[in-house]
Amino acid sequence: MERELRVRPIKDGTVIDHVKAGQALNVLRILGIKPGSKEIVSIVMNVPSKKMGKKDIVKVENRELREEEVAQISLISPEATINIIRNYEVVEKYKVTPPEYVIGMLKCPNVNCISNTSEPVESKFMVTRENGIKLRCYYCERVLSENIADHLL
Amino acid sequence: MNFKNRDILSTRDLTREEIDYILNTAEKFDKNPQEFSDLLKGRILALVFYEPSTRTRISFETAMKKLGGEVISLGAVEASSIAKGENLSDTIRIVSSYADAIVLRHPKDGASKLAAEVSPVPVINGGDGAGHHPTQTLLDLYTMRKENKLEGVRIALVGDLKYGRTVHSLIYALTFYSAKITLVAPEELSMPRDIIEDIKRIGGDIEETSDLKEVIPEVDVLYMTRIQKERFPDPNEYRKVAGIYRLTPELLESAKEDMIIMHPLPRVDEIDPRVDETPQAKYFEQAKNGIPVRMAILSLVMGAL
Repeated sequence: MERELRVRPIKDGTVIDHVKAGQALNVLRILGIKPGSKEIVSIVMNVPSKKMGKKDIVKVENRELREEEVAQISLISPEATINIIRNYEVVEKYKVTPPEYVIGMLKCPNVNCISNTSEPVESKFMVTRENGIKLRCYYCERVLSENIADHLL
Repeated sequence: MNFKNRDILSTRDLTREEIDYILNTAEKFDKNPQEFSDLLKGRILALVFYEPSTRTRISFETAMKKLGGEVISLGAVEASSIAKGENLSDTIRIVSSYADAIVLRHPKDGASKLAAEVSPVPVINGGDGAGHHPTQTLLDLYTMRKENKLEGVRIALVGDLKYGRTVHSLIYALTFYSAKITLVAPEELSMPRDIIEDIKRIGGDIEETSDLKEVIPEVDVLYMTRIQKERFPDPNEYRKVAGIYRLTPELLESAKEDMIIMHPLPRVDEIDPRVDETPQAKYFEQAKNGIPVRMAILSLVMGAL
């Protein structure tokens, strides 16, 4: 397969496939991978995909994802699939599912929202899927549907 | 229908049946207020206002007193612990241990939802930032119903539709009554796209213009709003749009004879005082209707009915 030609299989870790084209770097951001990080990471961007036209793929060696990381990935790339690899074998494969609510993961874009104050409150968004992901702030009801990654905490 | 301990935060939380029930209850209070003069005896309402208010504050206080209840008030923010840096959550926790219900007005959007999360007693949103003002909407609907202008009404919402919480609340409720809504605002003050999309998604009939003159002959209700200087982050932006709409008796010449003019008040210069004398002017009546509507809300959330 073409993707194997680009990036070799990994022994242990996670392959995040069917990432929305252009979102691979945001996936790295969600995973906290930045200059200086020690993880071995391979990314491919804008490769042809039968299902999606174009897609990105992220492979992270020796790491399995936490539930909240998967939830965040689902917000920026709701078609993504998670493949957990152990000893070169795919031991688990699943499609991300956007949660009903996301709490404490995003900053509300409304500067006047009560969640952007010093009150002891975590941001909370209701998640809906209609032509992509839509997030509605539980507090101020502002809708966030574009550049979601820019608002990740 | 049971409203006991229910928070009243946004018209989006209410169904048409619930709104009708509140309006029907308000009508009972309006017709025979003396019958209910002991209904909330021994109950305490807390008014927690972080922003100036005349009508909302005074009408809630009046409504509570007409029902035999007592009112406690935070008073001026500068004179309370808020001036020492106490946050809203703590203030609400404390006040909720003193009172049977809280009316909150706050400059931040969504403040009433946060208050409702920490309060064991019902929270009534008396206006939060540019968010919602559901009790204003209920008295608006009550006024329209009283004037027989609710079901299928043609209504224009005029002025500050961007920051105006009264219109944000009202527009959702109007869709329950198959209203034909025209939004009249300059581009800088247009209704947030999220809200317009919401209304269209639920089948609302809505159109937009910036020309007040052209809509006047078409509508049954002209709902004017003040352009709110205090909500503009940039004073220059305010100056660009200040005074853009001014309703005069001359403009009203093309209006339907039985058209009504509403305004949540206070007004600045958007309605010429000469309009007050016209039969169409209903905004003072509208403010008066705040009493029976708020009597109904208080009685319902305190479980007295």
